[in-house]
Amino acid sequence: MERRESIKAMMLGSLGTSFLLNGCLDISAEQLQEKIWKYQYGRTPAEMAHDQNLLGQQFFDKHQLKTITRLAQLILPPHEKGSIEEAEVPEFIEFIVKDIPSLQDPLRSGLNWLKQESINQFQNSFVDCSNEQQKSILDDIAYEKEELNEQPEGIVFFALIRDLVLTGYFTSAVGLKDLGYMGNSPNVWDGIPEEVLKEHNMTYDPKWLAKCVDQTTRNEIAKWDEEGNLLN
Amino acid sequence: MEIIENQKKYDVVIVGSGAGGGMATKVLADAGLKIAVVEAGPFFDPANPKQQTQLKWPYESPRRGASNHRPFGDFDTAYGGWEIEGEPYSHVGGTKFDWFRSRMLGGRTNHWGRISLRFGPRDFKGKDRDGLGENWPIGYNDLKPYYDKVDQLIGVFGSKENIPNEPDGFFLPPPKPRLHELYFIKGAQKSNIPVIPARLSILTKRINNDRGICFYCSQCNRSCSVYADFSAGSCLIFPAQKSGGQVDLYVDSMVKEVTVDENGKATGVNYVSKEDKREYSIQAKVVVLAASACSTARILLNSKSTQHPNGLGNSSDLVGKYLHDSTGSDRMAFLPDLMNRKRYNEDGVGGMHVYTPWWMDNKNLDFPRGYHLEVWGGMGMPSYGFGFDANLFNKFFGEKVGGYGDHLRADVKKYYGSLVGISGRGESIAMKDNYCEIDPDTSDEYGIPVLRFHYKWSDFEKKQAVHMHDTFEELFENMGGIVLGERPGADKDFGLHTPGRIIHEVGTTRMGSDPKNSVVNEFERLHDVDNVFIVDAGPFVSQADKNPTWTIMALAWRTSDFIIEELKKQNI
Repeated sequence: MERRESIKAMMLGSLGTSFLLNGCLDISAEQLQEKIWKYQYGRTPAEMAHDQNLLGQQFFDKHQLKTITRLAQLILPPHEKGSIEEAEVPEFIEFIVKDIPSLQDPLRSGLNWLKQESINQFQNSFVDCSNEQQKSILDDIAYEKEELNEQPEGIVFFALIRDLVLTGYFTSAVGLKDLGYMGNSPNVWDGIPEEVLKEHNMTYDPKWLAKCVDQTTRNEIAKWDEEGNLLN
Repeated sequence: MEIIENQKKYDVVIVGSGAGGGMATKVLADAGLKIAVVEAGPFFDPANPKQQTQLKWPYESPRRGASNHRPFGDFDTAYGGWEIEGEPYSHVGGTKFDWFRSRMLGGRTNHWGRISLRFGPRDFKGKDRDGLGENWPIGYNDLKPYYDKVDQLIGVFGSKENIPNEPDGFFLPPPKPRLHELYFIKGAQKSNIPVIPARLSILTKRINNDRGICFYCSQCNRSCSVYADFSAGSCLIFPAQKSGGQVDLYVDSMVKEVTVDENGKATGVNYVSKEDKREYSIQAKVVVLAASACSTARILLNSKSTQHPNGLGNSSDLVGKYLHDSTGSDRMAFLPDLMNRKRYNEDGVGGMHVYTPWWMDNKNLDFPRGYHLEVWGGMGMPSYGFGFDANLFNKFFGEKVGGYGDHLRADVKKYYGSLVGISGRGESIAMKDNYCEIDPDTSDEYGIPVLRFHYKWSDFEKKQAVHMHDTFEELFENMGGIVLGERPGADKDFGLHTPGRIIHEVGTTRMGSDPKNSVVNEFERLHDVDNVFIVDAGPFVSQADKNPTWTIMALAWRTSDFIIEELKKQNI
């Protein structure tokens, strides 16, 4: 059995059944299982049950999700390096509001505010407004008004959704690549690249370097003399 | 309630599997003794793919690594935290203490910072210098041979520096500094503040064929799947089992009390199984408590009998008293020189490559004891929260903050890696009035009475925190940085974290030669009961500005040697 298949069998066997009983499935069991396969990392049974429960629920309705998706596209327009769809930003926002319930009221009421504002200004819901109309609404809420002690709801809402979109994007596979993050992979760190040192007018102090690891001998089992001096 | 008796008789039952319990397990099992280890959480092995979080990407978590069940985020390897469902604790008056518990084999060693500092000669005799607190009944020379052994068994990188109160050891070579750490070194030099290579228990070089070598993923807090960092399970308990030790692990087992015979001598422990919520007993010749300073105090105070009506080992009425945590405060700065960075992998080891040990003389200062500095920053892996207030630093250039569109994407990339932080971690003074005790009104879900805390920072700690912020600001300025955030004032305890937040709880069963003034003797043996020992940080008389783990293990080894000798002599 493939690893993925065996995990699937295990999940259906252990957690799947009890979950099906709790009756809060908003999506089919197959869809739910597909969602869970993506998240294979060390979880305790309680954590897994919590996540399954949330993954089975739907917080935003279709229209709200469409609005979030459109907002996300405007905040980070499609780019050769990656789009918010590839980064699964709407899915992430759908999950995180269930995981951090304090986000629910501000987002829900913010979306209502946006809907009302779009209707007031352009007699259309936000997603049905033209690109220019959408941008003109955002232009009013995209920057804090420094002269005000308390920011209006639209501005507060937009700052929140912008944070979530950016964090969702830059923690995704495409976003990490776009950012240029090069870690999270086994390597043998041997100091700052020479050209970077130069660019910053820095040098390694030779006395300091003499104390540091010689990576060519890292596989030799360490030996010390009685004083604790490393011999190899 | 019926207690189910285990038919097996052990030489030693060890409560807790973290640094102290792990070390006792290793030393006692290697000596051929029959050991039961009782752990409140589940079995854990970082090499088990089902438990592994190392090398996972943020998008492999539906919450992108945000914190939900785990306070340090989804991938951090501590099952538990400051709040655990079903295991409450309370406070006296309006005081605060946040109690961190990690319920798993290896305990908090699975996620800790691996900062492995020896206490120095001065750290054992603080009272001699300033009249505050109490001296330890032992000194550095008593522990030095054990620190040496711990270094060689477990592995710690560092460098020989000949600083009097920062004793050198058997070090593996340290990694080279990262870029922001070079800025820190340069900034510190301007103020004559020393910086030396960090001392972390991470293998930069092979120490044996059972453990791997660091591959520089920077994720020691996720517990290393090749055992290249120190975690008590992977480096002490598994090796003890592998070398033929007779070690039985009882996991998901909450110890309720130490049991005693008619003479008041310990006979073993009773625990509640999390699986069936039933109570079981384990019998042993010797009981070693290593449940964490506060958990051990709780077990002792809950072990009331006609022979020990005030709780076990509590004739002095000091169990739970003198609880103290390290002081801690932090500050961040934006370094314009670190904008638009060239990308490369600078994950490095899990933690800082350089640090500043305490460098001043308190004679000229308005507070006692010292603190060390930890530096952080770099082009780390983003997780939930990355990108919030994405272009806040625009304000330093008179540019607009906020907006939407392609410039936001560019701003995030521009500022990535330009944030640097410094943390101060210092010594507080142990006070009798900072304590934990049994809450008479509350039990946990296993029916075991819980702890109630009383803790207040004194002016000593507050003045130290003020000094920390003076230092932070001076260093950031030297580094060409713009300090972020307001300087915390009196309303925020001058930036001191809530007690318990640094997760260095110590002192609840302090060591001493006078049974009226201490709970255990210099071999961590209860004054009142000669077959009960405590090898967590409870016996610490004072905490120093060092992280407690290395000293917990050196003491645990010394105590284990003593137990072996006493058993040989048939004294217990």
